Amino acid sequence: MLGEGILKGLGETARNFVGSFVSEDRLTTVEYPEQRLLPIENTRDFPFLVYDGADPDAGLRCVSCQICEKECPPKCIYIVKSTDKKPDYVGKPQFYPARFDIDISVCMSCQICVEVCPFEAIKMDTEFELSTDDRFGGLILDKHKLAKSNEHFQRIHPTEAAEVDARLAEEKEKVEAKAKAAAEAAAAKTAAESAAAKTAAESAARKAEDGSSGSDAEGVKP
Amino acid sequence: MNSATLDQFFVLLQHHLSALFPTVLQPWVSMILGVVGIVAVFPAIFALTTVLERKGLGRMQNRLGPNRVGPFGILQPIADAIKSLTKEDIVPRSADDVVHFLAPVVLVVAIFLGYAVLPVGRNMVLLNIDAGILLFFAVGASTELSIFMAGWSSRNKYSLLGAMRAVAQMISYEVPLLLAAVVAVMMAGSLAPTAIVQAQGGFTGIFPHWYVFTPWGFAGFALFVVAALAETNRSPFDLPEGESELVAGYFTEYSGFKFALFFLGEYLGMMSIAGYGITLFLGGWGAPFSFLTFIPSWAWFFAKLFLAIFFFIWLRGTLPRLRQDQLMNFAWKFMLPLSLLNLCVAAAWRFLGECLGSGTVAEVMRWLVCAAVLVLAYILLARTLLRRQNIRPRSYRYAD
Repeated sequence: MLGEGILKGLGETARNFVGSFVSEDRLTTVEYPEQRLLPIENTRDFPFLVYDGADPDAGLRCVSCQICEKECPPKCIYIVKSTDKKPDYVGKPQFYPARFDIDISVCMSCQICVEVCPFEAIKMDTEFELSTDDRFGGLILDKHKLAKSNEHFQRIHPTEAAEVDARLAEEKEKVEAKAKAAAEAAAAKTAAESAAAKTAAESAARKAEDGSSGSDAEGVKP
Repeated sequence: MNSATLDQFFVLLQHHLSALFPTVLQPWVSMILGVVGIVAVFPAIFALTTVLERKGLGRMQNRLGPNRVGPFGILQPIADAIKSLTKEDIVPRSADDVVHFLAPVVLVVAIFLGYAVLPVGRNMVLLNIDAGILLFFAVGASTELSIFMAGWSSRNKYSLLGAMRAVAQMISYEVPLLLAAVVAVMMAGSLAPTAIVQAQGGFTGIFPHWYVFTPWGFAGFALFVVAALAETNRSPFDLPEGESELVAGYFTEYSGFKFALFFLGEYLGMMSIAGYGITLFLGGWGAPFSFLTFIPSWAWFFAKLFLAIFFFIWLRGTLPRLRQDQLMNFAWKFMLPLSLLNLCVAAAWRFLGECLGSGTVAEVMRWLVCAAVLVLAYILLARTLLRRQNIRPRSYRYAD
């Protein structure tokens, strides 16, 4: 029957209209600045740099290898390599970025930098309140704005962060085990050397003792 | 203050204010006061309507709607007005700038002219002329001109397409709109809006003699509402402004206050056509029950106007937009035959009343016969059109 669907539709919207005053559950939206929904885990917008520990300068994982800079499709990353080195998380001396800028007005959130990074140093953030009144300077994020702690990473992407942490811990353990083994080998070697030196010294001393006693004997002999 | 003075409050106010001036100036002052009243009241209702519409649509979609500016967002129109006044007024370089400027002005002026003959209460009509209904439809038809001016002068294909659609749609629906309105004129025997309201003024028991309670009046009212929706480009007939396909249609190239004028014109048009719908079929400023006549007539008119606006908002929250061919088919194949038949039914009602004589049985007989004819026509027409349209679930040759 013509018009039946219209009446049904009018009934549905009338139900919504009255229902939205009666039950709070019907309201599907939240009032944004005051109420917020947590971002879902796979949310991503712009990259950030991860650092370990408390000091962003000391703990930055980035070793300035510049792979992300080269792979970035819209070329929004700009890196200046340092001239000196600082120890990384396993203690190996590495370069670090003297400058690391991302122009988020150019970034297209493709996550390729994250995929190519061999050091787990760059990850995607969920921060979206980035509006600024300076559309040139305000949208270029420097090293200090980009650096965020590993705890932040664990909070926004728990699953990925756990994987990364496990992998890094394993690597560190491996390196430490290797260092330990090397140290042990070195220690054993020095021990053996010192033992050998000791026996040599002892035998020399004994020999000298014998010699002296002999000479003594000779000397004592009238 | 008794109810009669309250009823005539604004009329008396106008008299007293104009009496302060010399006799020569009195008719002019009185007219200017009337104009000021119209120009102040209806845009104020427009401002209120915009916020109520946004809130109402929000509620229908289980949202809250605007609630930031002022208590419950009621000051939102003021913020919108400041925004549109301070926005840059852009005129495209290749646009015809004189016509581009004139289009919104012509629209608003034409729509305001329609209010001149609209009775908003007992003795409350600016110009009580005999051909009021004729004036309203003539002036209402001239809004098409301003819409086409806007679309043509913008020199933008979306604007032009929107304007073409608007003109095609408005001309098509003008016919059923007029034919639906004619039945009320036939029955009242006058083209004056005040006379039509007076003709619906009596009561049987507690019920009023509104035309909408007769079979031809109900059909006429339904047809009038549908055609009025199409005339004012309201949803579901908002093809000329379809955001998704035409980026706002004929006013794509308008910004700032000119855009606001189009917006104002659209809502004022909606309110004036709702006002004429009320005048023709819903008893104008008359009370819906005989025991409620103590409430002032203008209060009834505006209560009915707000109900009509709410109904328009409700429809907008419910119905999706039509396709262009559906729109035209509906106008020419459904609305036009039904409104023509309605004219015949109205004539039959008139002469059946004379043939059958007075008496309850004769009245009921007349009512039933007329209603049966209209319902039958509605069912048959709908069935034929739907059968030809052949609506069924679509089958996909390779996907099943």
